[in-house]
Order: sequence, then structure tokens, then C-alpha cells
Amino acid sequence: MDEQRITIYTPDSLLIHPLRMVKEMLRDLVGSRELAWRLTVRDLSAQYRQTFLGFLWAIILPLANTLVWVFLSHSGVVNVSETALPYPVYVFTGTMLWAILMDAMNAPLQMVNASKSMLAKINFPREALLVAGIYQTLVNASIKTALLLIVLLVMGIHPGWGLLLYPIGMLSLILVGTVIGLAITPVGMLYNDVGRAVPLLMQFLMYLTPVVFAMPKEGMSATLFKLNPFTPLILTARDWLTGLTPEYLGYFIVINAIAIILLFMLWIVFRLAMPILIERMGS
Amino acid sequence: MGETLIKVEGLSKKFCRSLKKSMWYGMQDISSELIGRRRGVDGLLRPDEFWAVNDISFELKRGECLGLIGHNGAGKSTLLKIINGLIKPDKGQVTIRGRIGALIELGAGFNPILTGRENIYVNASVLGFTKHEIDEKFDSIVEFSEIAEFLDTPVQNYSSGMKVRLGFSIAAQMEPDVLLIDEVLAVGDAGFRVKCMNRIHELLKSSALIFVSHSMPTIARICTIAIVMQKGQNICSSSEVSEAIDTYHSEFNTGERKVVGNGGAEIKQISINSEPKDSQPIIPFGSGLQLRLTLNIHSKYQTVGIRLAVWNQDQHPVADVVDENYRSFILENVAGSVSILAEIPTLYLAAGKYAIAVVVFDPVTINVICRMENAVSFIMGQHISTACDSYIAARWSKIAPSEKFNG
Repeated sequence: MDEQRITIYTPDSLLIHPLRMVKEMLRDLVGSRELAWRLTVRDLSAQYRQTFLGFLWAIILPLANTLVWVFLSHSGVVNVSETALPYPVYVFTGTMLWAILMDAMNAPLQMVNASKSMLAKINFPREALLVAGIYQTLVNASIKTALLLIVLLVMGIHPGWGLLLYPIGMLSLILVGTVIGLAITPVGMLYNDVGRAVPLLMQFLMYLTPVVFAMPKEGMSATLFKLNPFTPLILTARDWLTGLTPEYLGYFIVINAIAIILLFMLWIVFRLAMPILIERMGS
Repeated sequence: MGETLIKVEGLSKKFCRSLKKSMWYGMQDISSELIGRRRGVDGLLRPDEFWAVNDISFELKRGECLGLIGHNGAGKSTLLKIINGLIKPDKGQVTIRGRIGALIELGAGFNPILTGRENIYVNASVLGFTKHEIDEKFDSIVEFSEIAEFLDTPVQNYSSGMKVRLGFSIAAQMEPDVLLIDEVLAVGDAGFRVKCMNRIHELLKSSALIFVSHSMPTIARICTIAIVMQKGQNICSSSEVSEAIDTYHSEFNTGERKVVGNGGAEIKQISINSEPKDSQPIIPFGSGLQLRLTLNIHSKYQTVGIRLAVWNQDQHPVADVVDENYRSFILENVAGSVSILAEIPTLYLAAGKYAIAVVVFDPVTINVICRMENAVSFIMGQHISTACDSYIAARWSKIAPSEKFNG
């Protein structure tokens, strides 16, 4: 028999005992690893068992997107300025990396919403859902990257040693995506509006990020592109992937540092909000 | 053994009736939580809120079992959720010593596409088992569930009973100090239910149990204390479980009095033990009752038969009241107004609430002339607990070893 753990539930905010709270957070995070892995295996195997094309779906959407943009720029419907890379490679890597960011962003709300009935009835470490979401994004992002690399090699682009740094770029995308996803989860669970509005906003933001368009050289749009926190993430990851030297490394590091701090704060918000959300969720 | 495992003090919880307001209050509560403010400190209700759980206190030691009874929406499940740590109380405090286990949702986290084997691992992980523990308990889970041959079939092809079996078999492997059970046993076939009850009895030896159920025989059999909840409040708590069950029964509304028939007869008055019309007399176990009945019968009937049927609260007929020769009571030379007294000398029914239906029929054609459902009701007092509808007394004795046993 293990030692007798004493659990106390009161109406007090958990923030009153910050040390105890942090201790509990770490305990739950460690305690949730195994469950997170189980949930990941469950979701991934269910996801791939019910498709015929399997993991190819990870690449079909970005590929279709690339074809559309190559067609648009080729036919002159939109005018894209010169890029250092061949335009199809530019768009393809851009949309792939953006898709990784989106996956990471959607994961928390999606995991929590899919586990509503479990949340309402069973007390398990809630962190497991977040970690499982990150695991799944990681696996899917790795598959995407592998396919992307094959395409790059076919197109004659050689990544070089920069490829060794690419995992950092991928992790940054997942980190920032998770931070945004975690930020919208508490409100998103109460109001469905959030789940609808955010993709719309992100669609708009994508055009302010060098995903399909090249970095503008001057004007208002140049400033917007430069300020956009997603710009260094996409550019740096793409540069490492395609053998170029990253230009925005400083901003890239700043964004990551801020994201790590935000992640910890939002994790606290998530924990505090969970019981309140569960009582309003019913079962 | 014997130490207090659960202590609940003045526990209260408010809920909101309106969805829109509930969402908005949710945002407010999250904000006040984030600035570290204590919630509900003023103890006031905001518009459209009500107390779902109101000032509940109790203590429970290892080996004790608390039965929570009450109508739907009385706050039982909410109370369990607070004790389980899923939602926070608005007032009061819960202190729990040791590990908590809950048999509330069976098969949580099951994915329909995956096989039973895979889902055992998922569900057990959700319940807090480590991989090592699951490997160890895997065989006993499969054995308990009796579905070994379907282990590699996707769960979506399972019948609902099979899913429940698998879910319970996994959850039953828990060895908690504090166990919460909410109505899960109302599923599965009879054989499996017996197995579940036996397992719960085993678990009870080493834990403190809180049991929510609408099945009074089960409550009476396993609980050592009971609390009757009504609108979030504790209206009766007693270590005499039977007393609590009587309270629960007495607050039950009987169905409406319903009359059908061809108009050839009318029941004017009916009472038990001459009590006023809508009272529900409590009949002590083994006592009898007197039923008085006034009928108005149309002149075309010279003879009518009268029978009474006793229904329990599960809408199940348990006894047919006949005459002393176990035949229908026949009333001759009637027409007009007639009063009748039916005396039942003794009643050996299971405790609970009963309603009596009166049937007046034509003994020649067997056609019903008049039938009144829920005509009167009474409450049968407690005796030793039973899961059966009634008791039959037998004379028991030991057979001397010399006698030959035929049978």
C-alpha cells in the first residue's frame, strides 16, 4: 500500500498556494505521460486504420494548395515577386510548415472537445490531453517533413547541414501553435464562436506571412510582414530545410522565449479553468 | 481499519438554469479564479442560479457505505462530482484520505474502431493504471468480462452489454480507499449484475463507499448509512437505512388516479383504514389493512365481481387481492349504491410504496365495467431487506441424521 495521500477540495482559488500548485502541476505532468502516449496511439491508429491512403493525406492538401498557387502565379492572376527558391518549392514548403503550425494550434481544443464525456466523469490528469495533442502533432509533422524532403530531393533541392537544425524550427512551430491553441481553449469550450473565428483569422494571417507570397520589400505590407511573429518561424524553418541561411534568427529566438513563458502561464490558466468548464459542460 | 476516509463539511454548489448566463458566469468565475479570489464567498446566488447541492455534511470510515438517494435532479451526481474532484465546491470542504476510485462512467475513452484488447489499455490508462499494472491484470480483466473470444474484434461490433461488461471488468480492478458508484449497475444481464455486486462487496471491505442508486433493495442490502437528498438538501440522514428509505418512498408522488370503464359502475369513495382521501398510511410489516369502498352500480348489473391489484412503485403488479377461497369476490343483488369492506389480515410485502387498483367486472362476460388505477396508496414498513417482492414464511427445522433424506 502506498502512503496515504490526503486530498482536500475547497472553494479557494488554487493560486492561493502557488508552490503547492506548481508541485501538483509537475506531478500531474509526469503522471500523465503514459496516458498521453496511450491516447496518442489510440488516435493515430484509429485515424490511419480507417483510411485507404493513410498518411498520404498529410501531403495531399498542401500539394493541392501548391498546385493552385503555382497555377495562379504562372497564369499571372496574382503577381508574386521573386523568391530565392523556385516558386513551387517556396509555396510547397510554406504551406507544409503552415499546416504544421495549424495542426499544433487546433490540437488542444480538439482533444478537449473530443474528450468531453471523459472529462465530465473521470478524474485523470488533464495535462494528458495536451501532451497527447502535442505527440500527435509531432508524429504528423514528422511524416509531413519526411514526405516534404522526398519532394525536395526530387526537385533537386539539397538541404545540406542546415537540415540538422530543422527539428528546432519544427518544434518552434509546434510550440507557438500549442500556445495559441491553449490560449483559445478555455473560451473556446464555452463559446463555439471561437472555434469558428480562429481559422478565419489564421487564414488572413497566412497571407501576411511569407507562406505563398514572398517578403515584400517596402511599404506597409513590408512592416506588417516583419512584425508578424509567424514570419521568423516560417522563414527560419524553411531556410534550414532548403539549405539557405536564416535571416531572422534573432526575432526567431525572441518569439520562442516568449512562447515558452506564455506556455507555462497558459497551462496554469488551463488548470484553473478546467473545473469551471466541466461543471458547465454537463456530460 | 476504521479511520475516517471521507469528511464532507457544509458542502454547497450552485448551478445555473440558463445556458447563456451559465456561459457568462463561467467566464466570470474563471477570471476571479485567475486573480486568486475565493469563489462564492458571499454565498449569494446570481440571477437564474440555484443550489444544486446545499450544505451537505457527513463522514465515512473504511468499511462503511453511504447510500445517496433522491429523485432525479436532487443533486446526488453533482455531489459525487465534487467529491471526485471534477468540479469545485462553492462552499464547504471535502477531505479525502487515500486513493479515490469512481465507477461512474464505464468504458471511458473507448475508441470504436480499435479492438477490445487495445481499448483495455486505453481505458485502464484513463483510470490511472500503469502499463505494468495493466499487463499484470490483463488476464483477470478478460476472464471477468467473459468476452475472450471477441478480444480482437473492434469495439464498434460489440453489443452495448458487451461494452459495459468490458468497461466494468477494467474498472473493477481498481483498489481504491474511497469508491464512488453511480447507478452503473443498472445495465448488463442479470448474471453479470450479480457478479458486479459481488465484486462491490469485496471492494467494500477495504474502502469507504458512496453509492448512488434508485434501487432501494440494493441500498438496503449494502449501505450502512443513507442520506435522502431533495433539491440539493439533506432531508433525512440516518444510520437506520430503512428509515431513510421510508422517507424517500413517502415523498414519492403516486401516479394519477385514472378511471376507465363502460359507465356501468362508478367508484364513489375509497379509503384505507378510514384515513382521509390522499393520505398514505404506513402499514407496519406483517399488519393488515382495511379497504372501504363505495360503488354506484347501474341497474342492468345484478351481479358484479371485484378485484384489487397491488402495484409497487416500479409499476409492477405484485399481488392480486381475492377472497378467502382465492377466487374473485362476487357481489350479488346489487344495483344502486353499495359499500364494501375488504379486510386484509396480514401483509408481508417488501418495504416501499404501493398503489391499489380496483377492478369491477361482469362475472358472466368477464368484461371490465370499471377500473380505477392508483385508487389509493400505502407504504409498507421496513423489515429485513430483500430484493424480492414479498416474503413467504416457512417452518425450518433440522432433519435428524437417522432420517432418510428424500430429495
